[in-house]
Amino acid sequence: MRSLIYLFIGILFGITMFKSEAASWFRIYEMFKFESFHMYGIIGSALVIGIIITQSIKKFNIKSFYGEKINFNPKAKSFSRYMFGGIIFGLGWALVGACPGPMFTLIGVGYLPILIVIAGSMVGTLLYGLLKDKLPH
Amino acid sequence: MNWIYTPWPWYVSGPMIAFIMFLLLMVGKNFGMSANLRTICTICGADKKVDFFKFDWKSQKWNLIVVLGAVIGGYIGSHFLTTDMAVAITPAVVNDLNELGFNSAGASYLPTELFETNSLLNLKTILILAIGGVLVGFGTRYAGGCTSGHAISGLSDLQLPSLIAIIGFFIGGLVMIHFIFPLIF
Repeated sequence: MRSLIYLFIGILFGITMFKSEAASWFRIYEMFKFESFHMYGIIGSALVIGIIITQSIKKFNIKSFYGEKINFNPKAKSFSRYMFGGIIFGLGWALVGACPGPMFTLIGVGYLPILIVIAGSMVGTLLYGLLKDKLPH
Repeated sequence: MNWIYTPWPWYVSGPMIAFIMFLLLMVGKNFGMSANLRTICTICGADKKVDFFKFDWKSQKWNLIVVLGAVIGGYIGSHFLTTDMAVAITPAVVNDLNELGFNSAGASYLPTELFETNSLLNLKTILILAIGGVLVGFGTRYAGGCTSGHAISGLSDLQLPSLIAIIGFFIGGLVMIHFIFPLIF
């Protein structure tokens, strides 16, 4: 039953990524050119509502559908890993025009070359795992 | 009912993303897509060689199901909910891209120059897609999250690390498009 709920949420997410055009390489390019409000509107409105949701859950101690406490994972304090990691991610995001959610949505749309991007991103993840202890965190 | 076939405006899309994050929180999970790349590496056996991949991947099974849903959602969105795949980007950007050699700008969902199946015959295209993928995978794990984990979940939780990561995303994206694109396209 829970698996079906996760599948439903994923389908909703995939449809949203496609229909919002956040999965379009062109929209990402346009965003980094500051030529359109579209992507900023999407991220901005998601963020404003997201802040209201998250802060309400914390303030009013709202429980999950199953009556459990909702946990947030605070990120470890650091500057270098977020800045350097962020820059590397940004370079890739602008080049292939897809981040790790939309990448998978694009398989469903039928773009086969996205499989190369996904394979590459797994290699990248593997490389990080190998080099992790040598990098500034 | 024609509106259903048109692209969703930002004021529908953004709240939908927040709603998806809300649903995941309410079933006791956190919204973050890039974690799946690590999980898939573990399933493929990376845990045998590298400690970073040693964890109980079954605890992330739910997230893999979300990703499977994201694939199905892409199919439904494009095959049943869309008649015209063209993305109406700003004319100035279309001109810009035409000059870079992207003639499909304004006429398709993704640039056919990179994402059409026969572009797989072009070594340069394969390299661009593979290198871009490596950067995304490496960067996202180094930064501890991607657009969903940092820009949506992390910032909603008012996490300073997420703000630093997003500033990084933008520095990387701007450098790529303004300085590196003219060199490679």
